[in-house]
Amino acid sequence: MSDLARPPAGSALHRFASPARFLRLAGSLQPWLAGGTLLCLGVGLYLALFGSPADYQQGETVRIMYVHVPAAWMALFVYLCIALASASLLVWRHPLAGLVAKASAPLGAAFTFLALATGSLWGKPMWGTWWEWDGRMTSVLILFFLYLGLIALTNAFESPERGQRASAVLALVGVVNLPIIKFSVDWWNTLHQPASVMRLDGPTIDPSMLWPLLIMAAGFTFYYLWVMLLRVRGELVEARLRALQRLETEGR
Amino acid sequence: MGGIESFLGMGGYAAFVWPAYLLAAAVMGGFWAVSRAELKRRERQLQELEQRGGGRRRRRAEGPGGQVPR
Amino acid sequence: MVSRAREQGPPQAGPSVTTALSALVRRDLRLALRQRGDLLTAVLFFLLTAALFPFGIGPEPNLLLRIAPGILWVTALLAVLLSLERLFLADGEDGSLDLLLVSPLPLELAVLGKVLVHWLSSGLPILLSTPLAALLYGLPAEALPVLLLALALGTPTLSLLGATAAALTLGARRGGVLLPLLTMPLYVPVVIFGVAAVDASLAGLSARPHLLLLAALLAAALPVAALAGAAALRQAAE
Repeated sequence: MSDLARPPAGSALHRFASPARFLRLAGSLQPWLAGGTLLCLGVGLYLALFGSPADYQQGETVRIMYVHVPAAWMALFVYLCIALASASLLVWRHPLAGLVAKASAPLGAAFTFLALATGSLWGKPMWGTWWEWDGRMTSVLILFFLYLGLIALTNAFESPERGQRASAVLALVGVVNLPIIKFSVDWWNTLHQPASVMRLDGPTIDPSMLWPLLIMAAGFTFYYLWVMLLRVRGELVEARLRALQRLETEGR
Repeated sequence: MGGIESFLGMGGYAAFVWPAYLLAAAVMGGFWAVSRAELKRRERQLQELEQRGGGRRRRRAEGPGGQVPR
Repeated sequence: MVSRAREQGPPQAGPSVTTALSALVRRDLRLALRQRGDLLTAVLFFLLTAALFPFGIGPEPNLLLRIAPGILWVTALLAVLLSLERLFLADGEDGSLDLLLVSPLPLELAVLGKVLVHWLSSGLPILLSTPLAALLYGLPAEALPVLLLALALGTPTLSLLGATAAALTLGARRGGVLLPLLTMPLYVPVVIFGVAAVDASLAGLSARPHLLLLAALLAAALPVAALAGAAALRQAAE
């Protein structure tokens, strides 16, 4: 929104210094993130599959929770990251922020898809149907469409910068709308059908289940940061490639 | 829990539990592999281009960093 | 925000802004009226689609009445969507957009003016033809005012949010496919409360809370669409 109000010196600093520093930082962070991902997912998977009890009501299907719930958390967390990156792209015009948002959107969509698919696999034995118009699943479905919109808008323009800025505006509009959508869908759901059969969450979850869940969630977070940085690096290389190709065609 | 068979059987819910885990592994593993392959491919392309382009051009092109000059 | 203040220069404000806004609205209205075909498109689409559903579902009155609120709302939404793409397209192509950007009129207000014209040329005709569509579904006379009121509160929200999406996709390669994708998630609450209002009155309950919620959505969409739409238009002109 503050198109004219940015100091030229600041923007030059962002444009020149930041990506190089970022590449160095990303390079040194990468092994730690990869290690964190593998360690957390390894321990988490062991606890989820062997170290935790079956639920007295849901039996072994409760183990789906250890991928379903972290995926659903990540679906929201990644959207939050995109919204923050979008805000800093629009306000400070930080070019890296646009790349972070662009790299995150497909990851968020993948997590949202996972949450939906594993929810469906959980719903079939528990509710008896693959899909239930349950308030939570419905809002996650809408979130999935929002992600698809972000991805499509980012890639819809000739200039990559325009796509990033347009989808940044959309991401911020979506952030205002998400609570409204959530509220309206929950409300619509209670209007149209009795309360859900399954009340999974709540503070009464047993520690023997909570721990694997938290460790898996940490693993998913590490995974997101790891792959997101990988993709941002890819975008930076791509941008440099394009710049070089331009120089080649113009220079000859 | 006794024996590998009952573990794989997942109390009769194997058809739901294992696909959930496999799907998660496939999506996350696949996403990582695609992202990495893309990065490597671009890095290779960049290297080729820089070797052809010579030093002067490389320095100029490296300037804008992440930004495509408009 | 800062740039806005700078562009406007000294606070000469008041009358010149309102005259500029009314000039913009009048010009766009004249343009819309000149293309009567476009005006008819939304209404025809709305009525034809609404008339088509009974053929797919069967003529059973109870069933038709049960689904009428949902069908009428969704067809109205699609009809609004149909005309959204053109909202900023002509202005972007003939350079009017660049003039808007440098005019003393704040771009946020210009966006709202455009949305007003869009609603007058799509939402209002749909609203006027709703009694006819309601007739096809045998909607009782008591429920009709609620449906009209709900549409009157809801369709401006559809126009506002749609205008944001239209501004964002200006100059995009696949604008036509993008618009439904971008707007659909944002439209969900409007449809939910709009249908709920009519359902409530059909069930003999008070539609008031739903109508109030629709009004709240409209009030929230106004600033969001103005700010986001203006930001998107500035990006498109860059």
